[in-house]
Amino acid sequence: MGTRPAEIAVPARLRVGVLALQGDFREHAQVLRELGVNVALVRRPEELDQIDGLVIPGGESSVMDKLARTFGLAEPLRAAIRGGLPVYGTCAGLIMLADTILDGMDGQQGLGGLDIAVRRNAFGSQTASFETDLDIPALGDQPVHAVFIRAPVVETVGPKATALAALADGRCVAVQQGNLLGTSFHPEITGEYRFHEYFLQKLIAAAR
Amino acid sequence: MTESTSAEQFGSSRVKRGFAEMLKGGVIMDVVTAAQARIAEDAGAVAVMALERVPADIRSQGGVARMSDPDLIDSIIAEVNIPVMAKARIGHFVEAQILEVLGVDYIDESEVLSPADYVNHIDKWNFTIPFVCGATNLGEALRRINEGAAMIRSKGEAGTGDVSEATKHIRTINGEIKRLSSMSRDELYVAAKELQAPYELVAEIAATGKLPVVLFTAGGVATPADAAMMMQLGADGVFVGSGIFKSGNPEQRAAAIVKAVTFYDDAKVIADVSRGLGEAMVGINVSDIAEPHRLATRGW
Repeated sequence: MGTRPAEIAVPARLRVGVLALQGDFREHAQVLRELGVNVALVRRPEELDQIDGLVIPGGESSVMDKLARTFGLAEPLRAAIRGGLPVYGTCAGLIMLADTILDGMDGQQGLGGLDIAVRRNAFGSQTASFETDLDIPALGDQPVHAVFIRAPVVETVGPKATALAALADGRCVAVQQGNLLGTSFHPEITGEYRFHEYFLQKLIAAAR
Repeated sequence: MTESTSAEQFGSSRVKRGFAEMLKGGVIMDVVTAAQARIAEDAGAVAVMALERVPADIRSQGGVARMSDPDLIDSIIAEVNIPVMAKARIGHFVEAQILEVLGVDYIDESEVLSPADYVNHIDKWNFTIPFVCGATNLGEALRRINEGAAMIRSKGEAGTGDVSEATKHIRTINGEIKRLSSMSRDELYVAAKELQAPYELVAEIAATGKLPVVLFTAGGVATPADAAMMMQLGADGVFVGSGIFKSGNPEQRAAAIVKAVTFYDDAKVIADVSRGLGEAMVGINVSDIAEPHRLATRGW
């Protein structure tokens, strides 16, 4: 299962942050390191200055939101995203990047950036979590094995965003918009490197 | 864009263990009412554990401790958006069946409740819902994983506010993992025998240097400093039972523990969040509890 990392020429000076407030940030850091990237864990506002891109991991989006606001990360992050910082979010990270959050907590604030409406925990309790194969032509012929864990779905894709993948029932589970990428599922825990590679290509282009 | 055609697979090991990965760096809080669940969620809990009495009360009131009333669990599920866990007695597979149909997200097969079977644990492979189980050492953790546990929590001594047993158990588990990493194959066969655990799991841990599932710490955590110490000792996250709602100011203490777990290696943050929290739970020294009344010895 999974794919081998491809040969991407990653510039040595490139640093990619992983938001490390809560969740499976170590798994993302590991995938990025295997792709030859310098990784920085980000928990403080000043740590945002040093990075060329950011990954927001899976976890509990409401907890990340609270901690990001409490420790002064939310506003600088919003500004950085508006300024073109490449960001890839998985699951909770996708929720953080959505302009509109449905079924969020009272007062939950995302970072925004993706012109989408995301429904939090769209499938129900953990017994409804599942794994499946997705055909994603943008990533090649081999299907992507995707794990959905109390996952969100993209309910509305606005005109600025583009859908990349859908479930058999048509619900959208991966999107991109400019330098932003988001998936409902977790490539970081299945040995799937192609989403991170795809993100790195955006990032390398943006850093040029 | 095209659509997927392949079948969906529910309740696989990857889905069960993967869920625990998403809880890492978080705090799971014991709650006995919907109102407490609300406080826990607002404070930044990554999940709540629904139960009828916190371990400190089970300890002081005595009697048989069982799975909670389904109405209570329903009310907590209805109150919060974060995942809800609930406890079943060791070996009580029917309590587990009930919790699964109630739509709980994770079952804790827990020594805090009175065991229902002194020989067998629940066959956790039979369920779609994932299980977390307690362990005091690596052998116990591996036996639980072999039975299908998708997450392990070191036991500590629940309901005491005394963190010393939690420290001992996380140190023991991680120390035993380190020892396996340095062994040759002939030694691993003996290690498997001594750990009373399957050789395949022992060999896997020797090769990877870590458990194949997420490891949280529990039992006696009462302060932000306790929680941060568990993280520095290698825990992936922390369960806090009686420590929050048996303290003077649960809202503030809960939020402080959440912050201390995220910034577990930053003493300045931990110092800041430790200020003015009011009284911690009074607690009992584990050394003052007679052996038969210790919860950590339940489960084998």
